[in-house]
Amino acid sequence: MGKAATSDKTGSKSMTVDATGVHYKDLNCRVRGLIAEGCREITLDGVNGQRYIGDGLTDKVRIIVNGVPGNDLGAFMDGPTLFVNENAQDGVGNTMNSGKIVVKGHVGDVMGYGMRGGRIFVLGNVGYRVGIHMKSFKDQVPVIVAGGRAGDFFGEYMAGGVMVLLGLNAEEGPLVGNYVGTGMHGGVIFLRGQVSERQLGEEVRVFPLEEEDRCQLESLLAEFAAETGADISPVSIDEFAKLMPFSHRPYGNMYCY
Amino acid sequence: MAFGDKYSKWRVDESRVPAACGLSGVISQDGKMIGGDVIIESMKVLHDRGNGLGGGFAGYGIYPRYNDHYALHIMFEDADGRAACEEMLEMNLEVEAAEEIPTLPSPQIQDVPELRRYFALPRGEKLLAEAIEPDDFMVRLVMGINTTVPGTFVFSSGKNMGVFKAVGFAEDVGEFYRLPDYSGYSWIGHGRFPTNTPGWWGGAHPFNILDWAVVHNGEISSYGINKRYLEMFGYECTLLTDTEVMAYLFDLLVRKHRLPLEVACKVLAAPFWKDIDNESDPIERELEEALRVAYGSALVNGPFAVIVGYSRGIVGLNDRIKLRPLVAAGKDDFLYISSEESAIRQICPRPDRVWAPSAGQPVIGELKGDL
Repeated sequence: MGKAATSDKTGSKSMTVDATGVHYKDLNCRVRGLIAEGCREITLDGVNGQRYIGDGLTDKVRIIVNGVPGNDLGAFMDGPTLFVNENAQDGVGNTMNSGKIVVKGHVGDVMGYGMRGGRIFVLGNVGYRVGIHMKSFKDQVPVIVAGGRAGDFFGEYMAGGVMVLLGLNAEEGPLVGNYVGTGMHGGVIFLRGQVSERQLGEEVRVFPLEEEDRCQLESLLAEFAAETGADISPVSIDEFAKLMPFSHRPYGNMYCY
Repeated sequence: MAFGDKYSKWRVDESRVPAACGLSGVISQDGKMIGGDVIIESMKVLHDRGNGLGGGFAGYGIYPRYNDHYALHIMFEDADGRAACEEMLEMNLEVEAAEEIPTLPSPQIQDVPELRRYFALPRGEKLLAEAIEPDDFMVRLVMGINTTVPGTFVFSSGKNMGVFKAVGFAEDVGEFYRLPDYSGYSWIGHGRFPTNTPGWWGGAHPFNILDWAVVHNGEISSYGINKRYLEMFGYECTLLTDTEVMAYLFDLLVRKHRLPLEVACKVLAAPFWKDIDNESDPIERELEEALRVAYGSALVNGPFAVIVGYSRGIVGLNDRIKLRPLVAAGKDDFLYISSEESAIRQICPRPDRVWAPSAGQPVIGELKGDL
């Protein structure tokens, strides 16, 4: 187990843990232990592939991850803020309830699966099935903003929440893959750029931006830039396509009664 | 076909559990030698993707002393099987060298069969008498042994390469086979989490024929169709696991039918008809249509990520909607492919480039020149 770098053991608010070669169970136990001792900012150095970092935590702590964290980062998380200074893998923010995840690199597949609150900001690209089954309830509105590009099935079966895709590196490839919003029946997706009809799922349409969409985008972009350090100067609100489902019960006719 | 008691010892009770095999592969395209410890180190990071019911590796360039000979790795359940098999080998092959595969016994690797390797070439008179190519002769011989000799399985049959596999966690399997004593220009590794088929020695990955070796995460739903299709060309699936078809399909499509590798990948992960209809290049559209028509039974359906090794390189390939993870990275002349980026970072902390391959699009790393 890595040692805490800071010397004062009691009452210390921030600690650094060397995670090099530490198994995920030991690492996550250590994190929980530090939080129980009153630690409010934990830096994990030398992370490589440890799963489940930040999972199920409910305290409003900050966890800084140096290295590539393993799958299901921030799953079921309910409060903390996670900063990842590298790429992250699959399942980031799985069923997350509240808090914030900021990733300075790229993220893999199924990010924000079943997410029902909180925010995820990714500077780079995101993989396949991002925001699948995302949902919202009253003031619990999950938000995903990605600065790069996304793979297929962006917002698949999305039931609520907000997703924004900026394509700041759009010259490297298509902004988004196919099957965008397939099965979507709630929430909203903002894509910066044009999307062809055949990339979209059958349940979504492009709608014009309303004034409140513009306000929301302005505010999210400012927060995204502040958290990730992204240069959003090329971004104009007029460039966004707004995708929403045109039915709230896309499969209403598929069942027998 | 019925195998009778061919598998008497190998059958193990297996309950169905969720899947998450781990894959990793590396190649130096300049042909630099990479120690077996490197791929073991990478697989350690993927430990928790497997459950200890199968681990394995393939290394290329590892047998320079016998690089012209087929290196047969064979597992024997008992002395009878070995006697019968060696009789078949003697009848068909000039065996240049035969020895035990060196191992380091460990408590993690149990129920070890007898493991031997043979460096051999087909007997010239056999090839002449039947006017058969050496590779075809070897495929037939491997299929013959695997279907008829009880408790005996040829699990590696390429030249200057070798497959090493067992029931256990990948890193333990690698140490058991003393892989740090080998070096090669490319390696692939696998940690298994068997779901639908038994966790037995022959069912560990990689699956191999000639120089093709495949490690796989996923399920090949089209196994039955693929298997029957392959049987028409003399390939027999004997190892009780879906992945086996992938090795034989690559051999059939690339070696026998001489399809370029990229085209073979288009057969396995064929574009959807709606995407073919939307293809703007008429020649490409015609090719894709023709491949789907001619090779419908070679389409591999279901979720998969594979890394395929062959004498000239490695290929990473996903199913058409990327239902299993696959990440690639490059550093100088090295290409890395894995289920997780962390497994790459473990052996290449600062890659020049990391990217997520798109669904159905192969990532290919080949040797730049001759060795």
